[in-house]
Amino acid sequence: MTFRLGVDVGGTFTDLLLINDDTGETFTAKVPSTPHDSSKGVLNGIEKICRTSGVDPKQIRYVMHGTTVATNTILTRTGAKVGLVTTKGYRQVLHIARSYVPGGIGGWIIFNKRELLAPLELTVEADERMSASGEVVKPLDEAALRKNLEKLRDADIEALTVCLINAYSNGKTEQQVARIAADVLPGIPVSLSSDVVPEMQEYERTETTVVNSYVRPRVSSYLHHLERELKARLADDVQLAILRSDGGLATSDSAADAPVNLLLSGPAGGVAGAIWFCSRGGFDNVLTFDVGGTSTDVALIENSTARLRRETRVGDVAVRAPSVDVRTVGAGGGSIAFSPELTKALRVGPASAGADPGPAAYNMGGEEPTVTDANVVLGYLPAGQKLGGDMEIRKDLAEQAVQKVADAMGISIYEAAEGITRIANEHMFGALRLISVEQGYDPRDFALCGFGGAGPLHANALGILMNAWPVIVPPGPGVLCAYGDATTRVKDEAARSLVKGFNSLDNAGVTRILEDLTGTVQASLARQYIKEDQQTITWQADVRYQGQALLLTLDVTPEELKQRGLDVLKEAFDAEHEKLFSFNLNEEHELVNLRAVARAPRPNIAERDYASAKGGVEQAAVGTSPIYYEGEMHDATLYQRDQLYPGHRVDGPAIVMEMDSTTVVFPGYRATVDKVGNLLIEPRKGQGEE
Amino acid sequence: MPASLIQPNNQPFKKVAVDTVTLDIIENAMSNARNEMDAVLMRTAMSPGIREQGDAFPMIANHEGKMVVGQFGSFIYGFLEAYDGTVEEGDIFLTNDPYMCAGAVSHLPDWLILMPIFKDGRIINWSAMFGHMSDVGGKVPGSLPTDARTIFEEGIRIPPTKIYKNGVMNQDLLELILHNVRMPHWNRSDFNAIVAACKTAGRRCQELAERFGDDVYTSSLGEMLDRNYIAMREIIRKVVPETKQSFEDYICDDGAGLGPYTIRCTLWREGDKAIFDFTGTDPQAPSSVNFYLNEEMFKMFFGAFTINLFDPSILFNDGFYDLVDVRIPEGSILKPKFPAPLSCRTHLLGRIFDVMSGLLGQGSPDAMSGAGFSDSPHLMYSGYDDNGEWFQLFQIGFGGVPGRPLGDGMDGHSLWPGFTNVPNEFVEAYFPLRIETYETIIDSGGAGKHRGGNGLRVGYRLLANGQISIHDDRWLTYPWGVNGGEPGQRGHKELIKASGERQVLPSKCDRVQVEKGDLLLFDTWGGGGCGDPLERDIEAVVRDVERELVSPGGARRFGVVISAAGVVDQQATDSLRKEMRQARGEIGIFNRGGTLEELKARCLEDTGLEAPTTPEWEH
Repeated sequence: MTFRLGVDVGGTFTDLLLINDDTGETFTAKVPSTPHDSSKGVLNGIEKICRTSGVDPKQIRYVMHGTTVATNTILTRTGAKVGLVTTKGYRQVLHIARSYVPGGIGGWIIFNKRELLAPLELTVEADERMSASGEVVKPLDEAALRKNLEKLRDADIEALTVCLINAYSNGKTEQQVARIAADVLPGIPVSLSSDVVPEMQEYERTETTVVNSYVRPRVSSYLHHLERELKARLADDVQLAILRSDGGLATSDSAADAPVNLLLSGPAGGVAGAIWFCSRGGFDNVLTFDVGGTSTDVALIENSTARLRRETRVGDVAVRAPSVDVRTVGAGGGSIAFSPELTKALRVGPASAGADPGPAAYNMGGEEPTVTDANVVLGYLPAGQKLGGDMEIRKDLAEQAVQKVADAMGISIYEAAEGITRIANEHMFGALRLISVEQGYDPRDFALCGFGGAGPLHANALGILMNAWPVIVPPGPGVLCAYGDATTRVKDEAARSLVKGFNSLDNAGVTRILEDLTGTVQASLARQYIKEDQQTITWQADVRYQGQALLLTLDVTPEELKQRGLDVLKEAFDAEHEKLFSFNLNEEHELVNLRAVARAPRPNIAERDYASAKGGVEQAAVGTSPIYYEGEMHDATLYQRDQLYPGHRVDGPAIVMEMDSTTVVFPGYRATVDKVGNLLIEPRKGQGEE
Repeated sequence: MPASLIQPNNQPFKKVAVDTVTLDIIENAMSNARNEMDAVLMRTAMSPGIREQGDAFPMIANHEGKMVVGQFGSFIYGFLEAYDGTVEEGDIFLTNDPYMCAGAVSHLPDWLILMPIFKDGRIINWSAMFGHMSDVGGKVPGSLPTDARTIFEEGIRIPPTKIYKNGVMNQDLLELILHNVRMPHWNRSDFNAIVAACKTAGRRCQELAERFGDDVYTSSLGEMLDRNYIAMREIIRKVVPETKQSFEDYICDDGAGLGPYTIRCTLWREGDKAIFDFTGTDPQAPSSVNFYLNEEMFKMFFGAFTINLFDPSILFNDGFYDLVDVRIPEGSILKPKFPAPLSCRTHLLGRIFDVMSGLLGQGSPDAMSGAGFSDSPHLMYSGYDDNGEWFQLFQIGFGGVPGRPLGDGMDGHSLWPGFTNVPNEFVEAYFPLRIETYETIIDSGGAGKHRGGNGLRVGYRLLANGQISIHDDRWLTYPWGVNGGEPGQRGHKELIKASGERQVLPSKCDRVQVEKGDLLLFDTWGGGGCGDPLERDIEAVVRDVERELVSPGGARRFGVVISAAGVVDQQATDSLRKEMRQARGEIGIFNRGGTLEELKARCLEDTGLEAPTTPEWEH
């Protein structure tokens, strides 16, 4: 009997999920996170889950881990002291950045720039020059560079980044710098831009490579420490895999070398978990939203695959690394509502009460009204419900806080509370539109999936706004990331930048490059014990009209490309361009990047068997509680989710409660439990039921 | 003859009460629609000016043509006044002629697309966007000839024209227009991108009206306008005194030997109304530095400049226009007479913001920033590359943001919203040049408690014979400092020939012949300082020196003495600061680095260029 373990480290809690590969039986555990050294929380959690489930630690063969170590290192600015080598004349490449100042006219008056991740005083120049086409115009002055690197050595840098102009077209000089650095700065990890992200645009490439250096020492020491500890406590050959931002798994070694690819490891886990439950429930096209304390992450899933993008953002740091296309909007349970005196408008966020002091209802010192407080006032979070663990909800404090906004606007407390949730919903709606309508998708072709601690509270409302049904609330919406970690598949990719017009390319040449790249990724997966015949290979091309800034990534199978040649890509590009922007151009197509992607098979996990579950829906009902909805009070029935089984139907108004999450079903809607345990919320009318 | 609107459904919209939350939701959705316009444009446009630099601006107006969201105010009214024809469902209009739309766009390269949005036979909104085309024909590549004497030399003039009728594009007309420009495939794709953005806004408005009902929707837009009216009335009462106050600033020259030109503005309040009177501004120039300033646009600048301080999340719009009166003398450089050339209005467009800052700031000096890089320096480089292919580069430069009450000005950044630089690797991949230097100029930001940002030096190694044009300003007058802050360093342009010969270039010049191997140094100016430099935190000075943004010598401007090894000599610093404090006496609000007469007298010696002649009104 073997087990796999998914571990997601969040800001407050570390969630664990243990799955029996053979029976599909699952166990969950929640332990407090240990922000100072998050491996402690992970190890505590493993100890707890094995104790409570009675599973022998030696039976755990795979540990899949979504980590926020890289992200937190950036958010808390606790990364390495990074030295940077640029081409002469470009020392200030990060300092000048793209010269962009956010905001409208006069935005510069209130703009404050963050400190650089590789400060100017630790940036040195290399006297060298590469041309745009990759020819050395001026060879590297090695002696001068050596002197400069000695300065960085004396300044005790902890990591070095090399990003030279036009290195995307030829990385030879960067490698030359790396060799000298190895000599002058032995033991200091070096990141080269031509390795990390061989793409045009000096600022973005420098920033991405610097971020890699910045988080690398912390991530690698964390992963190596964790792996050592796991081997000591679990089986000797236990495999640790890390979830990357793009939703693929990587070995801990490759994750430690290119940690810039881990920045969205956490959100990617949630999306992967949503894919797991939605696809098994028969829903392949899904819009997901994950409502946390300070923000909401949304993503689009098409054919059970998350849409990707080639940029990753963490706070105000943006890097060129592939990630699940998760868009974040600053509206979460902790978002603060207020009414500016001048305009008497109602604003929600982006300021947040966060985890400390948290919403007023948490009784931890928060006094400002938050979205959570509005949910409490409306009765959507019933006072008896416990929040993740044992926290009590104080309705009186929530009411005091919301009353402030009500008074400022001259409306009733219920109107204010409903207003706050409506505006928060509208922010989430805006983000969902951004990834659907604005990308040419019709939301009516999608189901919605809400998770995270607060997602199920807003699920029904967002279904109404999006007109996307059903709205799916998966089992354990608060630990969905851990599900995602445990159930995702290993994936790797290799890419090459071309930037050439189609007219100057031939089918055979393109195929040859892709076959080379395929060899590289196949070997990489083989090193992770996945045989070639088990791997699925996809080819991708990034294409645009020559001169455009956008890149559309097109998937193509090796067979299609070999048979039909580059026309396949042209047609696919034109179709996508038309879908997105409603026009095509007669311009030459440009092939920017080629990529080979290899995926391992999905893990073979048995379905959970509900056969032993018996009893009607009434046994799950535990009482009633008033809720306010569209201007009126209603009596909602309260249900315990762990007593709801496939086939059960809950009619709104209702509230479904579980350990760390609460689902609201409005009057006129109903929720059914599907065969894998998802709650499916739908309108009652039009279903032939009434 | 004003335009006639053809609306099959003539039922007027009903004004209904709207609850605050619905209003806030619609406000948020309108803001999203506008962001979506930007996103569509950036992704599909092709010229570097629009796709990389973001030189394009969207707007959505209500059914009456008042701007609900956007940056430059509405121009629907001016358009409807000037257009002699019908406006029907499926029409899309194109124009670029400032004289035909009351200055809604201010030079020919800005193409304005405008579209009525119909729902059920009624106009519910207007969407519009203008974007800067890299070329619209005329006498020089880039279509920005400083030495034009009439607008006819500046490119193809397009009066308000139905480029789409009944949803169908007039292909022949578009081809005729594109036949007159040097980079037709850029214009074509930028045109398509702007149309796609306007159509996107159209769909969003229709969806919103559908979702909330036409009357609730249009009433909400009305309320949003009222919100701005109420907010701005408060602001005007706060920031505009009833007593008159005046301020003047300058553009250094017109590229035709005259200058500096004075922009003078007097501001006061009568009741709730703010009055901006430009009497005292110099006459129009013979060259194209004239700026046909749309009064409504100026109101918008004023509002945008001030409202940020009070409710930054408000959706800024036209609603307060009745509260502002703008008076500009006919025939002045801000209201030139047809057919005066207009293409290089960028200098004045930027300077208007320094004028506004100086004018409003006198009422509350503590809230005041220094003078900035409030201009967009241009470089045009064109010719035939080694393969005999025509190339045409248009770059906008960046410089020093002024010192602000909040902190230092940024080095080498944009004061213009949404602008970004074009990656040098992109430029090198598509144009015959190498950018050898791209860094900010040490000590170029004005000293101050909060120093001005440094200007930017770009060193272009030109790899093909061709010609260049440069448009810049602040080479003679300084970006002023405030409240003890010193002025920033002025801009400078120099060509270094392969032979080593150095040639100072005027800040405005056209058709300068260049040869393969020449090096062009393009230095922009630094921002003015803010506050007393002797009060600057010594640590901040040391940090700037470590970062090579300020030199050890330059640190003395702050009264800070730093050794070659980078160590502060505290004692020497104390006595230097004391000495400087005594020597300078009382500090005034503005430091312009000397009077115009003084600057002119030192001009040749300081800049390597002859001083221009002061312009005068004809009597």
